[in-house]
Amino acid sequence: MCLGIPGEIVSIEEGEQLRTAKVRFGGATRDVYLDLVPDAQVGDYVIVHVGFALSKVDPEEAGSVFDMLRTLGGP
Amino acid sequence: MRYLDEYRDGKAARKLLDAIADATTRPWAIMEVCGSQTHCFLKYGIDRMLPEQVALIHGPGCPVCVTPVEIIDQAISLASRPDVILVSYGDMLRVPGSAKDLLSVKAEGGDVRMVYSPLDALKLAREHPDRKVVFFAIGFETTAPANAMAAVVAEREGIDNFFMLTSHVLVPPALEAIASAPDNRVQGFLAPGHVCTVTGYVDYERLAERYRMPIVVSGFEPLDLLQATYMLVQQLEAGRHEAENQYSRSVKREGNPQALAIMDNVFEVVDHGWRGIGVIPKSGLRLKGAYARFDATRAFDLEATTAPATESVCIAGLVLRGIRKPVDCPAFGSDCTPEHCLGAPMVSSEGACAAYYHYARQEAAR
Amino acid sequence: MTFFPECPLPLDEYPRVLLAHGGGGRLTQNLIERVLLPSFDNPFLAPLHDGALLDVDGGRLAFTTDSYVVQPPFFPGGDIGRLAVFGTANDLAMCGARPLYLSCSLIIEEGLPMEDLWRVIVSMKEAAVEAGVQVVTGDSKVVERGKGDGVFINTAGIGAVLSGLDVGSQRVQPGDEIVLSGSLGRHGIAIMALREGLSLDAAIESDSAPVFPLVEALVDEGIDIHMLRDPTRGGVSSSLNEIAGKSGAGIVIEESRLPVGPEVQGVCEILGLDPLYVANEGNFLAFVGAGQGERAVEVLRGYSLGREAVVIGRAVEEHPGVVIMKTLIGGERIVDVMSGEQLPRIC
Repeated sequence: MCLGIPGEIVSIEEGEQLRTAKVRFGGATRDVYLDLVPDAQVGDYVIVHVGFALSKVDPEEAGSVFDMLRTLGGP
Repeated sequence: MRYLDEYRDGKAARKLLDAIADATTRPWAIMEVCGSQTHCFLKYGIDRMLPEQVALIHGPGCPVCVTPVEIIDQAISLASRPDVILVSYGDMLRVPGSAKDLLSVKAEGGDVRMVYSPLDALKLAREHPDRKVVFFAIGFETTAPANAMAAVVAEREGIDNFFMLTSHVLVPPALEAIASAPDNRVQGFLAPGHVCTVTGYVDYERLAERYRMPIVVSGFEPLDLLQATYMLVQQLEAGRHEAENQYSRSVKREGNPQALAIMDNVFEVVDHGWRGIGVIPKSGLRLKGAYARFDATRAFDLEATTAPATESVCIAGLVLRGIRKPVDCPAFGSDCTPEHCLGAPMVSSEGACAAYYHYARQEAAR
Repeated sequence: MTFFPECPLPLDEYPRVLLAHGGGGRLTQNLIERVLLPSFDNPFLAPLHDGALLDVDGGRLAFTTDSYVVQPPFFPGGDIGRLAVFGTANDLAMCGARPLYLSCSLIIEEGLPMEDLWRVIVSMKEAAVEAGVQVVTGDSKVVERGKGDGVFINTAGIGAVLSGLDVGSQRVQPGDEIVLSGSLGRHGIAIMALREGLSLDAAIESDSAPVFPLVEALVDEGIDIHMLRDPTRGGVSSSLNEIAGKSGAGIVIEESRLPVGPEVQGVCEILGLDPLYVANEGNFLAFVGAGQGERAVEVLRGYSLGREAVVIGRAVEEHPGVVIMKTLIGGERIVDVMSGEQLPRIC
């Protein structure tokens, strides 16, 4: 239920009410609200759902499946 | 696209499939809760690549599918009023109420508009002060914080022509209903990764303990689902029943505190009906306190409609609980297709019936 | 297009199109003689008969028509006028015909800014030159405000079928290789992006462009072409399903071979769309004889418009009428016919 996609924060604008950012997904950029992830900075990747960032992508954890694949060995 | 494409790698997928096959010594029935997970399994053909002993049971995680018919009828009734602009996510537009869907109301002249984000609905309210803008706010816990933000901003700005018709549902009570059912066959759950991004998975630890069933929080790309399935099978084979987190690049055990705080501020937990399933206690959210005035059911004089007796042949409820597969339904692909459907799972973009129809129909025929 | 000529009608007098411009009287005459005629200037149009009298060399004719109602009328990389010329010229190319003559019928909504109309006409004129076609007959009507959507354009087209070429579903057979001339969905996504307020890294040069030179190049190379189709509404999926249905062959395509640009991928992921269902312009599918796919691709890549050409799959004997895709991870799924419109989703 949840189309959440990862995008890179390109720029941030601290509005009076809301904190918005330009987030890039592949070759397209969209405005995204960062109010639910207040410590997100330019350069961070965030998971975005209905125009809101829900989490910051943890780059170390992002490799966990590949770490596991290495332990499985094989070709 | 970074953090997306690499989880669709064919070689890595086959390695994981081999690992699952090696680890599986007995038949297991696992449920992927979220409709988006079902779609990924079918869209990439993963369901047919898993070892035969691993059976997938598709879960009720499609908020569109479980939105009660009465609420859709209310949305349709509101959309037909000349002073109302009914604003909705795209997903809901083709879901049938008891007589028709929102897209037909649009064709008949109702002002029905689609948005991608809840704050766009608020924008419409500001742009049309002479009309009443009703936002059809559906979703699981993933969407609730964003929907709540619309209420927060509306309250802050004193916008008085903005309303929300809500149907928010919570996942853990549904899993409890499934796990505790006498005819339950599910032995382990793949929990929804974006719901857990918001809520964390402490509740799932409790469920795993109480029902002695392993639960793995999973992402939505092929490698996520395969890794999570592998982790689940390993637990099942070892007789463990813990909650584990495969989607750790997004999910933390405690979830997103800001999102949870906003939800807590704006909503209260209530009993909620799930289309095809029935009422599940404490499984829904309702606007409360200062935000209750945005609730469309309080602000408008809406008839309390009752659902039609039965949706006849449609077995959506059984499909949503994983008791039947879409292909078991006599109407699948004949009387019930996405163009003219008998129930929500055939027309929802992530409904199980739609997934089978679009991606695996020829398999179903065999 | 760098230089933009000034609208020849006095804009201070007529900043917007009036019902009278379609009435048949002086204002209509003004519109035809000062806006339409000079733009499409050619000896067939000049007499302003009811129809154009054309010479054909005893060969086969292709004849097609299409109406264009795109909203908004101006979008990144193109506009409704350009689309109306290239779209119909390309339909002729898909018949294996050299596009020659077009008709142009305009239905204009009262109140349309005259500047906009002028921009559309100039665009059509330039597209006609680029496509090597002449607009030889036409019509214009004006409807009341609210009864049109700015402007609707219908173009019908005539072309001369290249000798020896016989394309059609009946010629498709198992073993045929399927060539796609360019990357998926640029046109549909350019429009979606505009509508949804998404900005794109690289302006998608709306793939709206004439494809006949590429078709001709394939023929000149001796490629055995069985079928041509431009995947407009409904995308590549709809075209492949139609062809599979009509020919009775099955089709298999490979997801890893589908060319998708970063802008299209980004927008599709954001809105939850599948590029296989997004409309294309200036893009075409060619079913060629077994073993000829790579050569066809080489030919197409010699053209800017065909620089991303690739063999995406083949026709097969199995599962007649059904399109199957081998997925990125080696599984299989049906590429189904689209139901209704593809709507952006959140789930």
